[in-house]
Amino acid sequence: MTQMLDIKNLHVAIEDGTILKGLDLKIKPGEVHAIMGPNGSGKSTLAATLAGNPAYEVTKGKVTYLGEDLLALEPHERAAKGVFLGFQYPVEIPGVSNLNFLRTTLNAQRRLRGEEPLDGATFMKLAREKAEKLGVSMDMMKRSVNVGFSGGEKKRNEMVQMAVIDPKLAILDETDSGLDIDALKVVSDGINALRGADRAILLITHYQRLLDYVKPDHVHVLDDGRITRSGGPELARELEEKGYQAVA
Amino acid sequence: MSATAETKDRVAELAGAYKHGWSTDIESVFAPKGLNEDIVRYISEKQNEPEWLLEWRLKAFAMWQKLEEPDWAMLNYPPIDYQDIYYYAAPKTKEGPNSLDEVDPELLRTYEKLGIPIAEQAVLAGVKGAPKVAVDAVFDSVSVATTYREELKRVGVVFMSISEAVHEHPELVKKYLGTVVPQRDNYFATLNCAVFSDGTFVYIPKGVRCPMELSTYFRINAENTGQFERTLIIADEGSYVSYLEGCTAPMRDENQLHAAVVELIALDDAEIKYSTVQNWYPGDKDGKGGIYNFVTKRGLCRGRNSKISWTQVETGSAITWKYPSCILEGDGSVGEFYSVAVTNNRQQADTGTKMIHIGKNTRSKIISKGISAGHSSNTYRGLVRVLGGADDVRNFTQCDSLLLGDTCAAHTVPYIEVRNPTAQIEHEATTSKISDDQMFYCMARGLDPEEAVAIVVNGYAKEVLRELPMEFAVEAQALLGISLEGSVG
Repeated sequence: MTQMLDIKNLHVAIEDGTILKGLDLKIKPGEVHAIMGPNGSGKSTLAATLAGNPAYEVTKGKVTYLGEDLLALEPHERAAKGVFLGFQYPVEIPGVSNLNFLRTTLNAQRRLRGEEPLDGATFMKLAREKAEKLGVSMDMMKRSVNVGFSGGEKKRNEMVQMAVIDPKLAILDETDSGLDIDALKVVSDGINALRGADRAILLITHYQRLLDYVKPDHVHVLDDGRITRSGGPELARELEEKGYQAVA
Repeated sequence: MSATAETKDRVAELAGAYKHGWSTDIESVFAPKGLNEDIVRYISEKQNEPEWLLEWRLKAFAMWQKLEEPDWAMLNYPPIDYQDIYYYAAPKTKEGPNSLDEVDPELLRTYEKLGIPIAEQAVLAGVKGAPKVAVDAVFDSVSVATTYREELKRVGVVFMSISEAVHEHPELVKKYLGTVVPQRDNYFATLNCAVFSDGTFVYIPKGVRCPMELSTYFRINAENTGQFERTLIIADEGSYVSYLEGCTAPMRDENQLHAAVVELIALDDAEIKYSTVQNWYPGDKDGKGGIYNFVTKRGLCRGRNSKISWTQVETGSAITWKYPSCILEGDGSVGEFYSVAVTNNRQQADTGTKMIHIGKNTRSKIISKGISAGHSSNTYRGLVRVLGGADDVRNFTQCDSLLLGDTCAAHTVPYIEVRNPTAQIEHEATTSKISDDQMFYCMARGLDPEEAVAIVVNGYAKEVLRELPMEFAVEAQALLGISLEGSVG
């Protein structure tokens, strides 16, 4: 099977220095990968780089996504081609309702793909259905994007966006952080609902907890900008027991 | 009779009435450049005005000659040569393009983005021969217009050009003209008094709630009145009217100087809601060309518990000098000002409001949202004045500035003068930028940089945009995005 995502020798720098130092990763359609690692190992840098955050500079290496040079695309073009980043810290946009934001972004993606925009009624039906499944009320959907939301509400909101946008490659940056156990279950259900033969998920997490609910096919340990170990789900448990120091 | 036919009849009727006649040869109907008593007389004669109005104009002209152009605003522009301007119907029909093919493609692209139909695009772009389509195109269909006219007539609402009103309702015009903005008010208003070309007159009778939004779209003779427009709206006791001025589409206009006057009068328990979308030519990226917009807009809440609400979305013009104000004379009256002012490239805006509290228990609310981009300058200038006899006044002012990039400027100049200790005055002000995080979040969800700016800016301006009538609000949102194109990246 061909790769969905193929990262080769990726080096990424920010103003303060180099964060990723030769990262390699291959993800096939249908797979769920988890990247674990201590604080400062470069997990969030990887997520931001794949989504195209201009604050991160790729100094070396190559990323191929569905046969295309991902790094040559603007962030919104990546989104339209199916790359979704679930933010660790979702951003507030005062005065713009969740529904309006979601409809505007979804239709912008559709337009880039040469598809017709969704009309109001079809969109509302879709948004209502997805929000309900994730325990998000329509009242919340009418509130400004992430403004005054609790940490858990922000993460659920990311999952609603993901469900509506229906991406091919979902990169979830510490989506589990700040969630209580009930919220974690709901969010996990959301992620599992996205699993499918032609889609892939890259979970970035600090804890093994999420992996009890979303079973990964592959687990990688990221340390100091490189993947130092890869394995199956059992690797996550080993990490939890022994700590990053011992395993990496 | 349809509105179009009525216009034609009216024009034909007037053409027979005086020697310069304007239906036979439209292109020849303009006065030479410059301003003197003869020009004022010419304009008055053209409108077939009564003697009192000519005298009124001449009086204003005499005042104007002694006034000096104000220079206190935070605006920079070369001196205006008032003798190098046409004061009556500049010959723009001669210079118009022959078809849409000759129109600046940039302009057409903007029209397309605003979703304006082709027929209407031609009118807006000033294509020769298009104005006759204008009325029909803008109305969608003549029958709609006719229905509206008839419905207004049925409830007794007077809605016509001010030149018509001078003849048909002279008592009302005479009674109220210049009562809110006196002839001597300021340099530009006085100039307007002398040379105003045409404008809108509205009278809502006692107790009538105007059954529809009144829009310049629905008023005939709307062409060629932009330069020195004069609007007078009177809401009699217990009545209500919502008036929409302007258009989101950029208008082709050869006249650089615009000096309009708008007067609103609300009697007891009456309410006037006045919404403006101003998108005149702002000049090019380097600041060449563009309209100078010096407007005097003022509302008088004369009656008890009356209310006047101004909502403006200002995105056009090279220079904007505009302070829609409320004089809260009647006890318990309410004044509101909601404003979004966008400046991009080399545009300059000095805009805000004045709330003059005279009556007891009067309340005012000011929500101003400035957005600056490019090398532009955006100033909020506002006055809240509470007179000694005005007990228990309340004012709330919120004045926000949003900066895009680091070459633009935003200024806030609030004046607060309170002469009554019972007044409660609140003033809040913020300055912010669109953060990189917001931009990236929007882009990671599929928006290009311009769409990202547009959605954030629309959210920022929402408190004002939601005050606009529905049909305006949607277009205004698109307009904010378009006005800021090129301001990022």
